[in-house]
Amino acid sequence: MDLLNTILQGILVGGLYALFAAGLSLIFGVMRLVNIAHGDLIVLAAYVAMVVVQYTGLHPLLSLIIVVPLMALFGYALQRIILNRTLGVDLLPPLLVSFGLSVILQNGLLETFTADSRKLNAGALETASFQPIPGISIGILPLLMFATAIAVIATLQYLFYRTALGRAFRATSDDPEIAELMGLDRRKVYAWAMALSLAVVAIAGVFLAVRSNFDPFMGPGRLIFGFEAVIIGGLGNLWGTLAGGVILGVAQGLGAEIDPGWQILAGHVAFILILAIKPRGLFPRMDG
Amino acid sequence: MSDGLIVESLESFYGDFQALHGVSLALKPGQVLALIGANGAGKSTLLKSICGLVTPRRGTVHWRGQDITGMPGSATVARGIALVPEGRRLFKSLSVEENLILGGQVARTGPWSLKTIYDLFPILSEKRHQPATSLSGGQQQMVAIGRGLMSNPDLILLDELSLGLAPIVIKDIYAQLPRITGSGMSAILVEQDVTRALAAADHFLCLIEGRVSLAGYPADHSRDAISAAYFGT
Repeated sequence: MDLLNTILQGILVGGLYALFAAGLSLIFGVMRLVNIAHGDLIVLAAYVAMVVVQYTGLHPLLSLIIVVPLMALFGYALQRIILNRTLGVDLLPPLLVSFGLSVILQNGLLETFTADSRKLNAGALETASFQPIPGISIGILPLLMFATAIAVIATLQYLFYRTALGRAFRATSDDPEIAELMGLDRRKVYAWAMALSLAVVAIAGVFLAVRSNFDPFMGPGRLIFGFEAVIIGGLGNLWGTLAGGVILGVAQGLGAEIDPGWQILAGHVAFILILAIKPRGLFPRMDG
Repeated sequence: MSDGLIVESLESFYGDFQALHGVSLALKPGQVLALIGANGAGKSTLLKSICGLVTPRRGTVHWRGQDITGMPGSATVARGIALVPEGRRLFKSLSVEENLILGGQVARTGPWSLKTIYDLFPILSEKRHQPATSLSGGQQQMVAIGRGLMSNPDLILLDELSLGLAPIVIKDIYAQLPRITGSGMSAILVEQDVTRALAAADHFLCLIEGRVSLAGYPADHSRDAISAAYFGT
């Protein structure tokens, strides 16, 4: 029963990892940008939520109605003002710029908020749980996190494959030059993609802040979890990313069961194993 | 003068390599120009310089009296210039119909819509929900032409329509050309197959190594003269 419990908690945590990963996957899919600052942007969103909660007194989860649009706007501006200038045939300049952005964000947050670790208080929601069967306990918050991950991925999936914006994303990803000839301004398409990515980042950031302590330097760790979830699931496959997050979460849970020090390591080992057996991930997209 | 396409002394480069050395041409509304020349003569570069995929370093492109030199592709398509690129370059993660819809993104008014494209190429209607790149080469070319037409252009640039296609398929596609250009649309047709290109066009322009070697009406020049201009002998 303990084992079942561990696996169940791991699955639910996987939802959070999928949230870390979805925005990363989207940006890589649309513009082939590996956004090194992704994890720091999640932490930034957590701090933005903290400020919003302090000023408005809103429940952390309700602060999303402010944090999501703010982060999306920030993403749009970030892409138009900075990242679009680095676009070209060479993939390295945008990657380096995102690395620089990561350093700036970490130190900016350190200057502004100090190195103290913070946490958002979600009240009774944090400890609420129910027992579907005796011996198995499911927390309301992790369940909510997982359900949100599913909703976010379903929404992204719908956006990508059923709307004009998604069509523009896919066309620009396939062939930016020809997409331009269809009247699509690549710089605007990329800015929308970054806005969408940071809207997801905002959700991930708030859940991160509610679930555990955070400080200015925990971004790179979230980036790694996000990366691993994307790669395990297969590049360009959003549902695969959810599966990747779940596998990572379960592996960490099982690792922690053996020895608390093994928690993070077990996730990385699972990642390496899957990469060694299936280098393209478990569910790669079916186009070469 | 001001209602067609006028290209003057165009010079385009790929890095340090000069692909066009002062190319000029004029095209009136409704005319079809065949652009012929060997591989690497600069035909595709000329088309790309007109529609904005390549920015010319010197010279001008005027379209309907407006200077469009160096405008990005998203601006030229809005002004009625469409390119059907060499090698088709369909969007591989889009279905046939999505490729066509994207072609109509600029929403200019005119005779072309999903319905008229499907009338022109009925097979595309059957396969509209399939991924565009799962079709045969000839059908993919039809999608590429349809995608170009969907913007309801006044000038369509057709780059190597017959590349890699079976002769019977090429014949089918060329049979539809008059229906496309008949509506008063101008076209520039790039083709390796000189005979086919000349038969479909009002006049022609032959390029060698980025320079115009011969231009005029097919009837005014002997086969030998055209062939000499093509090979540079």
